[in-house]
Amino acid sequence: MITKVRPHLSPNERLLFERSSPGKVAYQLPKLDVPAVDPGRVLGSENVRADIEGFPEVSEVETIRHFTRLSLWNYAIDHGMYPLGSCSMKYNPRVNELVARIDGLAWAHPYQPERLAQGSMEVMARLEAALAEITGMDAVTLQPAAGAHGELTGILLIRALLEKRGNPRKKILIPDSAHGTNPATAVLAGYTVEPVRSTSAGMLDVAALEGIVDPDVAALMITNPNTLGVFEENIVCVAEILHAKGALVYMDGANMNALMGIARPGDFGVDALHLNLHKTFSTPHGGGGPGAGPVAVKKALEPFLPVPRLRRAGKKWAWDYQRKHSIGRVRAFYGNFGVFVRALAYILAHGGPGLRNVTLDAVLNANYIRKKLEAYFDLPYPAPNMHEVVFSDERQAEKGVRTGDLAKRLIDYGFHPYTVSFPLIVPGALMIEPTETESKHELDQFIDAMIAIAGEVERDPETVRAAPHGTRTSRADEVTAARKPVLRWKSA
Amino acid sequence: MSIYPKNFRYTREHEWVRVDGNTVTIGITDHAQQELGDIVFVDLPKTGTRVEQGGTLGSVESVKAVSDVYAPVSGEVIEINQALATAPEKLNADPHGEAWLVKMRLSATKELERLLSAADYQAYIGAEK
Amino acid sequence: MRYLPKSDFERCEMLEACGVASAEDLFSHLPEAVRLKRPLDLPPGVSEYEIVQYFRDRAAENANGYASFLGAGVYSHFRPVLVDTVVARGEFLTSYTPYQAEISQGTLTAIFEFQTMICQLTGMDVANASMYEGSTAMAEAALMAVRVTRKGRVLVARSVHPEYREVLGVYAKPQRILVEEFGYLADAGALDAEDLESKMDDQTAAVIVQSPNFFGIVDRVKEAAEIAHRHGALVILVFTEAVSLGILEPSADADIVAGELQSFAISPSYGGPYAGIIATRDKYVRQMPGRLVGQTTDTRGNRAFCLTLATREQHIRREKATSNICTNQALIALMATVFMTVYGRRGLRELAGQNLAKAHYLASRLKPRFCGKFFNEFVTSTGDKAAEAINKALLKKKIIGGLPLGRFYPELADSVLLCATEMSERADMDAVAEAFQ
Repeated sequence: MITKVRPHLSPNERLLFERSSPGKVAYQLPKLDVPAVDPGRVLGSENVRADIEGFPEVSEVETIRHFTRLSLWNYAIDHGMYPLGSCSMKYNPRVNELVARIDGLAWAHPYQPERLAQGSMEVMARLEAALAEITGMDAVTLQPAAGAHGELTGILLIRALLEKRGNPRKKILIPDSAHGTNPATAVLAGYTVEPVRSTSAGMLDVAALEGIVDPDVAALMITNPNTLGVFEENIVCVAEILHAKGALVYMDGANMNALMGIARPGDFGVDALHLNLHKTFSTPHGGGGPGAGPVAVKKALEPFLPVPRLRRAGKKWAWDYQRKHSIGRVRAFYGNFGVFVRALAYILAHGGPGLRNVTLDAVLNANYIRKKLEAYFDLPYPAPNMHEVVFSDERQAEKGVRTGDLAKRLIDYGFHPYTVSFPLIVPGALMIEPTETESKHELDQFIDAMIAIAGEVERDPETVRAAPHGTRTSRADEVTAARKPVLRWKSA
Repeated sequence: MSIYPKNFRYTREHEWVRVDGNTVTIGITDHAQQELGDIVFVDLPKTGTRVEQGGTLGSVESVKAVSDVYAPVSGEVIEINQALATAPEKLNADPHGEAWLVKMRLSATKELERLLSAADYQAYIGAEK
Repeated sequence: MRYLPKSDFERCEMLEACGVASAEDLFSHLPEAVRLKRPLDLPPGVSEYEIVQYFRDRAAENANGYASFLGAGVYSHFRPVLVDTVVARGEFLTSYTPYQAEISQGTLTAIFEFQTMICQLTGMDVANASMYEGSTAMAEAALMAVRVTRKGRVLVARSVHPEYREVLGVYAKPQRILVEEFGYLADAGALDAEDLESKMDDQTAAVIVQSPNFFGIVDRVKEAAEIAHRHGALVILVFTEAVSLGILEPSADADIVAGELQSFAISPSYGGPYAGIIATRDKYVRQMPGRLVGQTTDTRGNRAFCLTLATREQHIRREKATSNICTNQALIALMATVFMTVYGRRGLRELAGQNLAKAHYLASRLKPRFCGKFFNEFVTSTGDKAAEAINKALLKKKIIGGLPLGRFYPELADSVLLCATEMSERADMDAVAEAFQ
């Protein structure tokens, strides 16, 4: 039975361009306190545009209604559980939004004098220190804008270190269970990719690894716990194999929610890793960003970190641009500062012991789901799981129902789907990460929904295959969208 | 009756080749289009491109997958199927006929010997399943 | 703890269901060697009240109540109230990337509107759903041009933002792309077309120019484009001051536009988060990085939007993807979308006009160093005085002066870059002018 939702009103709304009417405005500027200038005269008439053809012309009321109506077409964490695997879709505390908007922080210009930016610099220094402690690493750069950007930064740091040792090497090893950003990053950093297979236990194949680590290998990019939610129990040994051959270990920290206060990458052989502040540290995903992807490194990589670096000068913070081994900067300015404020607010709210409790609850929630659902869905890797659990659609596929169908049917039950068809080593994967911020009640409703859907597959597979039924938009024709792309509105 | 023409040669990467004197016509097999599903885009080389046997000739895309097309033989691309640029769906409808991908001028006839016959290819995809 | 929605009683019930005695048991498979055997060295958690207080104290250590004449890639524009009203809605704030189209039509529709408006502003055919920010957008545009042309060299104007050029170098190096710079005219502050011509060759993939450039000058894009196209290179046009698009004619000559939208109601926030964009011609869309939303229909025949052309992206093409970008700046792009809606067809023009008027008033009281036409920023010499001394005097009047340029351009060590926007008040501009006397 669907307990969580009932149909509710869902307003129709046209596009802004279809709502526009000449002369409507939603703005008013103050009167100029200086003489107006003739644009043609000061810019040259050939440089002045006549019009912005097609640009919106709507009133203030229509603007707020337009975006409010659109918002009602979205599912969100504020509506309920959002169990996307490896995405850590947890509650986004609202106090974080408030503090990020305090004038002195929100209006700080990146080039304002350092002595008038000490508050911002202190926030960054404190966040760097906290992230170093949580990961067990020696130094942190906050500059990267997102996880993939952090990966690029980390691999460039490794490249710089190896270059200084005489040879940047050629290859990055990446497990077959890895996220797509990992191989894309390796190539962007000038390396080729060599896949490493997983064992039937869902862990890195140490014997296979030993056979392929040669002097051309620059690093292994590993996710731990991996995308199956399984902790790589041989990680210390794995790191030793790499280090013995002069290669390094990079960790994708997407799944750090499973480790806080329990284990630290810096203590198990990792040389560099990135964190996703928009996953582990609760900053909002915002429909796809902004994120932040700080990179934490061991001492050997510290000289290569992007410029500028925070430096203590007496009682003040200063920016240090004079670092001859630095890889340079990976973006303008210092990073997504507004995201740092939110992440630090989250760390302050939990504190050290609290962050450990976050991990305990996150892992408990995932194990609870596993226990309750393993009678209904195939579990291809029975190793103990941490913050997420990966089932497969093997049983349901016999009835012609695939993971994507099950996911769409979850929508009718009032939930956002789990991650579909990933990791690639599990055919028909259902990758479920509840995070710590789901109540037992919400988890039970989710579990009931999954069990109900498993039952529907037996009795009435067609209902599942055609889902969702209750949404204002049914399945979109992605084939036509790709064959004949319409990527902007045009007047009829 | 088999849908795989007996006068074609095939590769394990699911391309077919039809030989016509010194010219070969190349496409992807019915099995390949079925595996990919609805094809939305076909990326082909420029005419004049020289490719080695096994080199990348182009790629075929569905909504959520990309498959590289490898050259079954070495040679120079002399013609590409322009119709696929605006109608990639033809690859789903008629992969062995109207939706050929490229024509190449063959540089080493011997290479054809390494390719599979229709019967061998069918046995191969049967085993793959 | 207030963010953890379970009672201890419920935890016990769940542990029992899992067949373990305590949550610690769920970690028993972790090898001893990897376990942290002490508590994290971080203070205990604090209340909401204390968090607010902590950040208020930090904010108080920053500049407060100063008038600022800093620009240089980050601009102080008024933020219409509707912007935060919209992005504070949980439906936008707390949703993920819109992969599940049926329950993400809000985000998808807004992105489609965003892509459309960026095309209308830039004169391009297609725009992506955002990049991290301007500098990485420019670097990714350069990589895109290399893929399109299959050439390995990029020429960038020295009048492009210095930090953007640094980022370009970092992205280009591992790809073995050669990056070289060409100069600007000492009198006009615009790009030096002769220098560009002399450095041009047939292996050049792209010529990168910024307009208005780092000095605020409306740059000679047409001249650069003529040279670039003659040699088979693409033209990448960069902008950092998006408000200028309200009044400047979009370039008919650019092949790729890469820019920064911070001016569109995105708070300066000490450097981020901002939103970058890449826009281009239809024919290059498959080489463009970043997410794209397209229009289609659902099974009931109704208009629907979905992410499309995803085979360019890392989650499908992995090591052959156009970029490794995944998370972008969706919420920030939504801020820009609301901003563009509020100002609209007339307002953006009027806003740009006010910026123009303010900057030209300030310039009329000072002597711009360059004779090129400028939008809302210009360079001026500090004469006999040191830039630092002028700025120090201004700080006493609660004014943050212009950016001293010596750090980026040694030859301009006696100059500052001043920016005036609609928020600059005449009295403050007069005070700045006086400080230079």
